[in-house]
Amino acid sequence: MFSRRDFLQLAAATAAVLPQTSVRAFAQQRLTQADLLKFNALGNVTLMHIADVHGTLTPVYFREPSVNLGVGDVKGLPPHINGKTFLTRYGIPEKSAAAYALTFEDFEALAKTYGRIGGLDRAAAVLKAVRSERGEDKVLFLDGGDTWQGSLGANRSKGQDMVDCFKLLKPDAMTGHWEFTYGEKRVKEIIDGLGFPFLALNIRDTEWQEPVFEAFKLFDKGGVKVAVLGQAFPYTPVANPRWLMPKWSFGIREDEVRATVDKARKAGAQLVVLLSHNGFDVDRKLAARVAGIDVILTSHTHDALPEAVKVGKTLLIASGSQGKFISRLDLDVRDGAVKDFRYKLIPLFADVIQPDPEMKAAIEKARAPYATELARVVGRTDSLLYRRGNFNGTFDDLICSALIKERDAEIALSPGFRWGASVLPNSAITVEDIHSATAITYPNAYRMTMSGERLKEILEDVADNLFNPDPYYQQGGDMVRCGGLGYTIDIAKPQGQRISGMTFLKTGKAIEPKRDYTVAGWASVNEGTEGPPIWDVVERYIAREKVVMVAPNTSVKIVGA
Amino acid sequence: MTLIFNRRQVLAYSAAAAAVLSGTIKPAAAANDSAELIKKFTGGKTPQQGRVKLDLPEIAENGNTVPMTVVVESPMTEQSYVSDVMVVADGNPNGGVVTFHFSPASGVAEANTRIRLATSQDIIAVAKMNDGSFFMASKPVKVTIGGCGG
Amino acid sequence: MAVPRIKLDRKEAKKGELVEVKALVSHVMESGQRKDSAGKTIPRKILNKFTCTVNGKAVFSADFEPAVAANPYIQFKFKAQESGKVELTWTDDDGSKIVGEETITVT
Repeated sequence: MFSRRDFLQLAAATAAVLPQTSVRAFAQQRLTQADLLKFNALGNVTLMHIADVHGTLTPVYFREPSVNLGVGDVKGLPPHINGKTFLTRYGIPEKSAAAYALTFEDFEALAKTYGRIGGLDRAAAVLKAVRSERGEDKVLFLDGGDTWQGSLGANRSKGQDMVDCFKLLKPDAMTGHWEFTYGEKRVKEIIDGLGFPFLALNIRDTEWQEPVFEAFKLFDKGGVKVAVLGQAFPYTPVANPRWLMPKWSFGIREDEVRATVDKARKAGAQLVVLLSHNGFDVDRKLAARVAGIDVILTSHTHDALPEAVKVGKTLLIASGSQGKFISRLDLDVRDGAVKDFRYKLIPLFADVIQPDPEMKAAIEKARAPYATELARVVGRTDSLLYRRGNFNGTFDDLICSALIKERDAEIALSPGFRWGASVLPNSAITVEDIHSATAITYPNAYRMTMSGERLKEILEDVADNLFNPDPYYQQGGDMVRCGGLGYTIDIAKPQGQRISGMTFLKTGKAIEPKRDYTVAGWASVNEGTEGPPIWDVVERYIAREKVVMVAPNTSVKIVGA
Repeated sequence: MTLIFNRRQVLAYSAAAAAVLSGTIKPAAAANDSAELIKKFTGGKTPQQGRVKLDLPEIAENGNTVPMTVVVESPMTEQSYVSDVMVVADGNPNGGVVTFHFSPASGVAEANTRIRLATSQDIIAVAKMNDGSFFMASKPVKVTIGGCGG
Repeated sequence: MAVPRIKLDRKEAKKGELVEVKALVSHVMESGQRKDSAGKTIPRKILNKFTCTVNGKAVFSADFEPAVAANPYIQFKFKAQESGKVELTWTDDDGSKIVGEETITVT
């Protein structure tokens, strides 16, 4: 297992943790760009993969989840492991650089040691190094999507800042999900000027049910005919507003995947790669049911795994999110089959990798129109703000508090998105931080009444999208976050029976099915939802509070895990 | 997963099921006439599993118009062909959805239409062969209030 | 009367080849299960029958129930046997018919 050995090297270089002040310098001194890039090249084709960057141009802190439950057949299997279990499973020493990049363990302390991760200028540096070492004729760089959305700049420029910067990375193909929330017209406009294919075999027009995008593309790399098939997020019009893409119909379309694999093989493909935005568990099931896919580059569920997961003959790669990692997969393809492979998930430690100057300049240019605004300090936080996790994150709790206070509501509901950078304790909260957690094209914060019965229906509905034992019926986000409302969830139960003990936290009494509650929330898929944009609500709240401190959320009890 | 209590959508779904839904989505219950319809169609015979393929999205994007394809394996010759395929939905106000009629002139037993689903439920397709045998397939489709992933 | 839109995946086919037909027609497909604002049931009005003939010979037909979506879409195939008229007919609950046609050349 190459990656394990590699991470051990990485770990050994930094295992000793010294008293605070000298730690950072020590860590940086010991961890080198050469260590991060070190790779014993293999075979004739190299796949580079990045996904779920979510508008992130610069390095960030991003805490990996402490709760990431799997149900049914995948219970306890990667990526449904975390913390110490994750470290043990992959042989990663505690407090090492790898432990910091891949788990939540000691996150706050290690963040001070190892600093921020990511930034497209670091990704560019790695890509350039790999292309020069391997030869461009052997390297394919693929973007799994969720690239154009997730920051103030991305939202204001309708994805243009990300498009411009990504162009410099010279992707060979991409697919998408949040991209579609800019609307059909904008998506088409961007794709027309993209310069590389936007692949989506699973999108059909709603009128004649005919393909909208290219399904796959053939490349010649290292003397190998490589077919890259694109699979967009199957539930885009369900999870996001359908009115933004009314003429496009998505879906997993397993038969279409099968047919496209056959078409690609018939066209001479010796290596078949699925560039997928299905989510890891959907891809794992797909790999077991559709023959002939050599590699699935997974995304959507934001998992970062240091080793490939093998399902039959198919390799599954999970490259993380928020621009923290880039994946390198070397393949030895002979006689139309993968004979051997070597994989490394490369964490882009910002203090270690020398930024690519060309990309650095492009990022500065893209950020320039908003630079002052992005840096504006709104308040401070005394506690870590993060989002990723199945049930709650402190950033979401902060958003819920803001909704309750600023919208004068009894209960707040906030979507279980998986993107958004973390903010360290005892630091400033900037406009950039707020938008990193809220930047969407349908941001209005509604206020309305809902009966207790209705609230239960919503929780049950969303819970099934996360915990349906059949991955094809899951949507890949996390549970809706609740403010002012506690509940117990039995994740092993069927839909309609998972949620119990709903409590109105203000009074400590049970939620009454027939009583109407005032509910504030955001990211409704309804067209014409009214209310101020969520980032204004959050900003007003933080500005008023000046310093926030979010205590651990104990109002959701989990059973059946 | 965004919360979306998409009231307008819910109301729209109830275009097919106002009486059943009364504004909310209830778990599927096989309370309609779908079982009787199948019984009538097969003359009481129990259909065998297989040969029928029912292609529907696992989660409907819009319960008002869900694309559905039925394909039945058959040589479609004068000697051996599929004559009829009945599709029912066990959670709609009424079970009946559509019945397709084929003949050897069809060349293949394959048809697609778009259907209304009031709630999460099973769709069942039963094929009648010219020799009097019956085959079936079913698929659950989730009609969700909406949610947000990613 | 609504004008159906019809698409054949080929206008010319070799004898024995499959021809795919797609057709769309505007129709409310009122289910008979909805109530108006006054609480009165809106009467059912749907297209209940669809047939396709080639030179008058039936190749495919369907019976629609209220669960077929508004503006019904239908897609099917037939085996090319002879050149001629492909006629599509939808029958309304009120007995009226919507008819559309295409031609196919079989070589």
